[in-house]
Amino acid sequence: MSDMNTAMVERYRNNFLKEVESHVEEGEWVKMCMQCGVCSGSCPLGNAWAHPPQELFMMIRAGKREEVLTSDSMWMCTSCYNCIVRCPRELPITHIMHGLAHYAKRLGLVPKKQPTNEFAEIFWNNMMKKGRVNELKLGLSMYFKDGFSQGIKNALANQKLGQSMMKAKRMNPMEIIGGHGIKNPSELQKIIQKAQEIEDKKLQGAN
Amino acid sequence: MSEVVASNETILVVGGGISGMTAALEAAETGKKVVLVEKRPFLGGRVTQLHKYFPKLCHPTCGLEINQRRAKMNPNLTILTMAEVTDLSGEAGNYTAKVKLSPRYVNDNCTACGECGKAVEAEFDNEFDYGMSKRKGAYLPHLMAHPMQYVIDPAIIGTDDAQKAKDACKYDAVDLEQTEQEIDFPCGAVIWATGWRPYDAAKIQPYGYDRFDNVITSVEFERMADAKGPTGGKLIRPSDGKEAKNVAFIQCAGSRDRNHLYHCSRICCMASLKQTTYVADAWGDDADVTIYYIDIRAIDRFEDFYNKVKANENVKFVKSKVANIVQDKDGNPVCRGVDTEGYNRYENPHDLVVLAIGMEPSVSADEFPVKIEINREGFIEQSSDNGGVFAAGSASDALDVNRAVQHATGAALRAIQVVNRVAGTEG
Repeated sequence: MSDMNTAMVERYRNNFLKEVESHVEEGEWVKMCMQCGVCSGSCPLGNAWAHPPQELFMMIRAGKREEVLTSDSMWMCTSCYNCIVRCPRELPITHIMHGLAHYAKRLGLVPKKQPTNEFAEIFWNNMMKKGRVNELKLGLSMYFKDGFSQGIKNALANQKLGQSMMKAKRMNPMEIIGGHGIKNPSELQKIIQKAQEIEDKKLQGAN
Repeated sequence: MSEVVASNETILVVGGGISGMTAALEAAETGKKVVLVEKRPFLGGRVTQLHKYFPKLCHPTCGLEINQRRAKMNPNLTILTMAEVTDLSGEAGNYTAKVKLSPRYVNDNCTACGECGKAVEAEFDNEFDYGMSKRKGAYLPHLMAHPMQYVIDPAIIGTDDAQKAKDACKYDAVDLEQTEQEIDFPCGAVIWATGWRPYDAAKIQPYGYDRFDNVITSVEFERMADAKGPTGGKLIRPSDGKEAKNVAFIQCAGSRDRNHLYHCSRICCMASLKQTTYVADAWGDDADVTIYYIDIRAIDRFEDFYNKVKANENVKFVKSKVANIVQDKDGNPVCRGVDTEGYNRYENPHDLVVLAIGMEPSVSADEFPVKIEINREGFIEQSSDNGGVFAAGSASDALDVNRAVQHATGAALRAIQVVNRVAGTEG
């Protein structure tokens, strides 16, 4: 358990709904769910979820902290916004899903090898280096995330796509050395670091 | 058309449905002069289109007959049909109403013998059956219409059909020279009883009302159950006439949904439970009904009715608002969603899906010819700013017949108080 997770468990003992309301983006909407099920039925990826949104909301209210925060479900959201559009109570369901995933991530509770999380992390680290996304390196990092031999397999499988992209000048092979970026990436890194500190403080100080 | 004799001690009632009729009769029977204005060619409103009432499952024709008799016998009541209030000016105790009278092209000589209807050929969608049947260009709106007079559709005026209707009439009742008129008269108080209309089901896009023949609304199903309705009382599905034994009801179709109607329409749960009895009565043990619901709102004495329906083994309750409907290759509507008791994904084919459609006010907020307080849901709010204008029945809220009638009686009393004040000051 991460320190922050321990602190949160201590603070919100038996009241997970309150914890969600305070720390999860749009979490204050969770109590508004009337359990009609339209979100779950409208989700194009519904079959892939262990717990559809409607069930997650009920689990939150039932205090199932561990099951919710370590769940794979909210990571399955592709932001199609069908649920938000159709929710009879206008709950920002997509945003709540992202909020839950984000909160679980900060507490270190994301299931291992969760692909959405892995991609997000690779994307973030890639972008933070130079302030711009290096697509070549992003692609390669994704190919090789599960080890060298799997990476070679992935690269070969997508060989044609890669070549076509280079031919069409959609991807530059020279990006492998250095690559493009913003003028002063260390300034950006400082800004983000400061923002991170403020956010962390908020999380630790919130009631 | 006759002049209306009225004064500022007269009560104007706008809308001649069950609420308007009740308010008008209650006021008239206390001795007040009342003018009742109805847009359609007959009184009774949507109640005339119901097959049965809940929870007693009696036929509305019975109560209507009593009200129509009261209306006929009361000398204080003036009824204007095919009439619409276009303007109302003034203040409590001193209003002037402007009313547009559309021509019926049939006068009081009419005996409803029906010869004109036989003579004309043109047919139109029958609004009484929500377009599920056809009616002639000269027609009696329904068998118990009050006034019991035929109507000639303005669309046939100027065609051979109109002449045929005139020639067929033995009583000189067809008058093709009638024109639209506008009349003014004074009144002291106004009862606004314009009622409700079914929400436009096509707006609930995932349910495909506009795409699938076998997805219909509860008001249409109600007509279907009526022996005088479009199918002669047979419960069949529109696409191929197949017997509708496996019927699904979807609750809150439009209601309790911020994308559609904010409010709970109150009648739909009981309406679906009632309509479930139609299916059970028609097919006995072959009936297979599924009710998809968020929660069943059958309060106080209605709960007995709910429990009785629940006891029927052929009726299933699925706690889930259907997410969407698709159609399979046999033309069956398939309800898809996730239930709340176990979070099971389902995909159930049915013969027929009935949307328990919500109620919305039949007059939109921007259509009122008078300054009046309208709430977020579009219903008339009780307010001292409304002066001598009072809502009655479902113009004020989503109400069932029973409550609408009670509310209308209350509205009559408020209107009477205003005209009594007028009478007092005028000595």
